Amino acid sequence: MTKNNTETSKRNLSLFLGCIAPNRYPGIESATRKVMERLGISIRELEGASCCPAPGVFQSFDKKTWLTLASRNLCLSEALGADLLTVCNGCYATLADTNRILKEDPEAKAAVNEKLSEIGKEFSGKIEVRHIVEYLFREVSPEKVRDEVTHPLDLRVAVHYGCHLVKPSHERKLGSPENPSFFDELVEATGALSVEYEDKTACCGAGGGARSAVQDVALTLTAKKLEHMQSANVDCIVDACPFCHLQFDQGQFELADRQGKEFSIPVLHYSQLLGLALGYSPEELGIHLNRVQNTEFYTKIGEKAENKFPGKKIGAGTGFGKGGVPT
Amino acid sequence: MKHPIKTSESDPTFFEEIKEETGAEKILMCFNCKGCSTGCPVTDVVPQYNIKKLLRMSAMGLRDRVLNSEHLWYCTTCFRCQERCPEGVKTVDTMLKLRSIAVKNGVMLPAHKKIAEYVMRTGHGVPIDEQNRKKRKELELDELPGTVHSFPEALEEVRQLIKACGFDRLVGFDQPAPA
Repeated sequence: MTKNNTETSKRNLSLFLGCIAPNRYPGIESATRKVMERLGISIRELEGASCCPAPGVFQSFDKKTWLTLASRNLCLSEALGADLLTVCNGCYATLADTNRILKEDPEAKAAVNEKLSEIGKEFSGKIEVRHIVEYLFREVSPEKVRDEVTHPLDLRVAVHYGCHLVKPSHERKLGSPENPSFFDELVEATGALSVEYEDKTACCGAGGGARSAVQDVALTLTAKKLEHMQSANVDCIVDACPFCHLQFDQGQFELADRQGKEFSIPVLHYSQLLGLALGYSPEELGIHLNRVQNTEFYTKIGEKAENKFPGKKIGAGTGFGKGGVPT
Repeated sequence: MKHPIKTSESDPTFFEEIKEETGAEKILMCFNCKGCSTGCPVTDVVPQYNIKKLLRMSAMGLRDRVLNSEHLWYCTTCFRCQERCPEGVKTVDTMLKLRSIAVKNGVMLPAHKKIAEYVMRTGHGVPIDEQNRKKRKELELDELPGTVHSFPEALEEVRQLIKACGFDRLVGFDQPAPA
């Protein structure tokens, strides 16, 4: 069952948990650990890591503090000789940007190291920062992910890239942020169909401190996005970020309360979608701990997963690139 | 004209301060094409919000109007405008610099201050709660994640760095309460 892709994991990885995954959506942490193990990619624990810290609030407040706290997290991974793996676009933004800034700017590096010396640490710049979706695409490939799938999914999925996975594009180097495809390819590797919907690359609304400070503005963006997804008749949302995940999942309840707008679209992190396709149950992946619970969704994954097995190729890659034609 | 600009309002030191952020001087390159606000998801739902206007006001040195604008805090930092700007204006990077100048001048939204306080007290912007301790146990994960939550000495390091950066003074929490 387990194919050990040792050739794809040449460098050690440490798992950076961040805040929202372990402290609000632990299902994402659980799913990440399970799918990485199944794919034969070992991950080290990043003991004592803190908040990344949050790019919106901390960068808005004081860039020096933002860089310094982020560099401490990078030092922890450097000490393990491991590249740092995030499951969150916000953590990815903070840690990848800090890593790049400190590698490129000797003055910034010296300033941060002066602070770090107070706790006996030093940033040396010898590791890379990875995001699970970017990592799986580049180091494993959608084809190899597909080979591992035992329970192909017959789902219509609204893929949500989020902003900081692909932007700033000059730094991320994952192609054009206007019409990216790598995440859709990974989603379709599970057998699911990535459905096209209006303004797909739009923000979920949560970032930049907007969710906490101007909640109704943030929720209005979320509602627009959910309406576009709903119009495309999707079974669920698949995201790459626990903060987007929170905004979509918790946000559906907040929208009902505050704006009288009703939605019932299940929200999955990619690790959870992949976990289902690898045969884990929704309970093992913490999908049942989301706020939005939709029985039609459970019926769909229960029935179809069984029916499709072992026809592994069914549904795979049928929609993407063809304008999301329904099956 | 509802709010005519008086030359006396323009503070040339404001632009000098903004320029501390590498690339922020490019706000002078804006030729008013409105590509930034056209694609902005916030402008889409709040038409009065206009990042171009804020940046051009900044270039003109209108310190007080910019730093006291509620709109300074509407940007979700999605980077669409920065990606699309034909002149390479660092719209979002500059917006973040404007916010940090506002913070330095004591303009801080209570919700953001609270997140900063959480990080100072617990090491997490979103710390664990009872409900999620239970969820973690149900998933057979450790009740507390292996982060600063499990390592008090690591939390102490975070607090030390916060003090070393003067962040506690900036936010007005010189003496963070114990977690």
